[in-house]
Amino acid sequence: MEYLQFLIILFFSPLIQGMIKTTKARMQGRVGPGVFQPYYDLIRLMKKEMVISHVTSWIFKATPYIVFTSTLAAAMITPVLTTKASFGIMGDVIALIYILATGRFFMALAGLDAGTSFGGEGSSREMAVAILVEPMMMLSIFTAAISVGSTNIARIAEAQGMVYSPSHLLALSAFVVAIIAETGRIPVDNPDTHLELTMIHEGMLLEYSGRYLALMEWAHYMKQMLLFTLGVDIFFPVGIPGDTAFAGLGVSFALYFLKMCCMAVLMAAIESTRAKLRFFQLPSLLGGAFVLAFLSLLTYIMMGR
Amino acid sequence: MYPEKFLSIGVLCFLLGSVVSLLPLQRIRTYSFILSATGALNFIVFGLFLSFGLPLTLPPFPISSVFELLFSGDGISGFFVIIISLVAFSVSLFSIGYTREMKHRGLMGFFFNGFILSMYAVVTSGNIITFLISWETMSLVSYFLVTLDRSEESAKAGLVYAVMTHIGTAFIIAAFLVLYRYTGHMDFAGIKASSMQLPPGIRSAVFLLFLAGFGTKAGIIPLHTWLPRAHPAAPSNISSLMSGVMIKTGIYGMVRMHMDLLGQGPEWWGIVLIVIGAISSILGVLYALMEHDIKRLLAYHSVENIGIILLGMGASMMFMSHGLYSLAAIALTAGLYHTLNHAVFKGLLFLGAGSVMHGTHTKNMEDMGGLIKPMPYTGFFFLVGSVSICALPPFNGFVSEWLTFQSLLLGFESPSVISKIISPLGGAALALTGALAASCFVKAFGISFLGMPRSHHAENVKESSPSMLVGMAFLALLCLLFGLFPGMVIGVISPAVFSLTGVPGMSPGTTVVSISETASSLSPAGILIAIGVMAVATVAFLFSVGGRGKTRYGDSWDCGMPSLTPRMQYTATAFTKPIRMIFKRIYLPKRELNVSYLLKPFFVKSITYSGEITPFFERYLYEPATRVIHGIAGKVRLLQSGSLHLYLGYILVTLIVLLIFGS
Repeated sequence: MEYLQFLIILFFSPLIQGMIKTTKARMQGRVGPGVFQPYYDLIRLMKKEMVISHVTSWIFKATPYIVFTSTLAAAMITPVLTTKASFGIMGDVIALIYILATGRFFMALAGLDAGTSFGGEGSSREMAVAILVEPMMMLSIFTAAISVGSTNIARIAEAQGMVYSPSHLLALSAFVVAIIAETGRIPVDNPDTHLELTMIHEGMLLEYSGRYLALMEWAHYMKQMLLFTLGVDIFFPVGIPGDTAFAGLGVSFALYFLKMCCMAVLMAAIESTRAKLRFFQLPSLLGGAFVLAFLSLLTYIMMGR
Repeated sequence: MYPEKFLSIGVLCFLLGSVVSLLPLQRIRTYSFILSATGALNFIVFGLFLSFGLPLTLPPFPISSVFELLFSGDGISGFFVIIISLVAFSVSLFSIGYTREMKHRGLMGFFFNGFILSMYAVVTSGNIITFLISWETMSLVSYFLVTLDRSEESAKAGLVYAVMTHIGTAFIIAAFLVLYRYTGHMDFAGIKASSMQLPPGIRSAVFLLFLAGFGTKAGIIPLHTWLPRAHPAAPSNISSLMSGVMIKTGIYGMVRMHMDLLGQGPEWWGIVLIVIGAISSILGVLYALMEHDIKRLLAYHSVENIGIILLGMGASMMFMSHGLYSLAAIALTAGLYHTLNHAVFKGLLFLGAGSVMHGTHTKNMEDMGGLIKPMPYTGFFFLVGSVSICALPPFNGFVSEWLTFQSLLLGFESPSVISKIISPLGGAALALTGALAASCFVKAFGISFLGMPRSHHAENVKESSPSMLVGMAFLALLCLLFGLFPGMVIGVISPAVFSLTGVPGMSPGTTVVSISETASSLSPAGILIAIGVMAVATVAFLFSVGGRGKTRYGDSWDCGMPSLTPRMQYTATAFTKPIRMIFKRIYLPKRELNVSYLLKPFFVKSITYSGEITPFFERYLYEPATRVIHGIAGKVRLLQSGSLHLYLGYILVTLIVLLIFGS
């Protein structure tokens, strides 16, 4: 049973994306597409013909599979409904960040593969943002890991006593900024744009079409839900059981679904109320978040909680 | 005994290899490299014997009434012998094809064999004098190799290298003199036995002297300036040896002198290493990002990786000072593991760069592009090296960086507040380094191998010869194996770790590393299998939804304006522009933009742009120092006026002084 919990992320991630889009539309006074729209998009893309640039090499064709499967592998080591983490032996939270980095590495290479400016621009910006986000994300996770004494995600989720300490609140705020940046949302990146001056993530995907595009988009939805799940596991693990008893799983699923909805609404609210920052103003936002994460660590060392 | 046999055959191979290449017969010069490859294979076996509990001390060989040559090997030596041999073996294979058209092939073979042999001598020296002789031989032979092509560039680089390496040696000699003065021993075993009785101030002074000396060889910031000069100037097989292996003798020196001879020190020793490691790793990779010369880029990455190694070693020394021996063992394992990994992937990357330069005749990445098509194998091996150095799973760099992260996080277990703060910050520095390195290798691989050819250099390129490819393939395979089977590697490291910390490192599974202290574990093989299974499932799923699917090939998206030219691609300079802007306080970039107009401001005739970053350490540390030394030299020169009468006067004065004070 616990071996299959990553399938929840696989199959529900387009739904979360749909929920964010619908909520955003409502907040902006539009009707918007239904919450199942991302599923229709993915299926349609998978059936479409692909157009591939003849400049590209095998990197371009391998990347969608690498990105998709590595995101799945990252999902496998994350506890979703129960902390009886079956694949926890494969890696911990540091491994998770590096597995996601593998996907990003190849995505950036694919951006350069077609030899266009858009791809290069997207890759360059994506890697620059990653440079600012990764240390900040690590540091905010370190606080949680140190207070528990383990980097194993299941162990962190099981230690549920530390949720409302000052250090955790600081780390949480840094982590939320990290999620926004990693999922390419406003104010860091605009997921809806195809304007060359503003796009980061979309720039790298510009040459993709058909089923490759479907894989890349789906991987992006999964990464988004995976990061939400990771945040929930680390900062709000309330109600996650340590075994696979049926009743516990039911409650856990309901709670998990509720938490995901909250994250979706939070993201939609942030996206609707903020404007996108200029690219070179990002260091002050992300650097500020780094300071928060560092303060959280200091607080924990000085206050012990 | 067997180990001696392998040792003597190995040494014989290298000696024969040197001699063969000096014979005036062009045809047999290839055998020089075949012999060195054979010798390296023998030394791999010898190293395994050493590290698995067969320490060996050869009978001392007196060279004068006071000095004797003494070679002895233990687990630590064995581990470094293995590192040297693995890289030397594949570089030898690579050299067979690579040196074929080289002008000074004979000299190259001679010094090549001697260079490898001198590195073995360094890591198996048993007393001060043997160590210094081997160390100096290694430095001199590598100097000759750097300046082998006798161009002006390599002569300059060689000068900087010679000066820096001798400054380093001076520090090492000073440290040894102090040690001898206070312990009365020449041999390492004797020094080790009595080093604990040294006064703490002296021990710390020796620590700092060794740090400066070996730090110069290893290339820690700010003593790194010779690396980005000497490595690119040398032929690529030599850069591979220098960057992959020779700078590791600096690490060996630190492990041997700091951790073995001096033993347990105060906490600040470890903290100093962590701080230096963090600074070296971040600045090293930041400077690497700004380089478009593919070999200078790799050289700066060596600075970065030495920093990462020092993070692990520093954490280990910090734990030792608090008596946390099992944690010290984990951290030391991390440092040594990364030492091995860096040798393998950096060796591979330099060979890849050599192969690229062999094909394109340029070092400038902005002139390459699209090379993955004419050079598919070189491209693939370079990609493996890039993925490994970026510490991406499931390759080897990932395991050692993961271990380093774990050991830095364990720093919270130490009782002092300063370690508690420093070590997670070291972890954040490592995360930043990792992200920067990934960006740098997206640039290095993406700009040179992907896209369209950017200049005539990248057109009509041919794949390198089979022997070069085999050399790279061997190292690429090791990158994967050392990632998938960390238990094997830790098994080889653990005798060395045991002899330094008294704890045998981690109890390893073959494919899983687990750290009981943090209940964390890692299995790159598991990750790879998961990815493989998922990939098959994904393909099957796509087939079931969309059938076989149609694919059409066309041009890249050109915004409806036909004929996209290679000049419109993103360049390496453009790629790193955001990073140059974000870190402008460090880079201090300068840019010059000259625009000439036909009709201002609408019709631009021409634009020239030039930009550079300020080489901070060169400008604000080395140039003033050089000026001071030149000034002093100018003053001293006044003594030597060239006048015979003045010199006779000096002799007279000296005589009188001697007569007065000498009696």
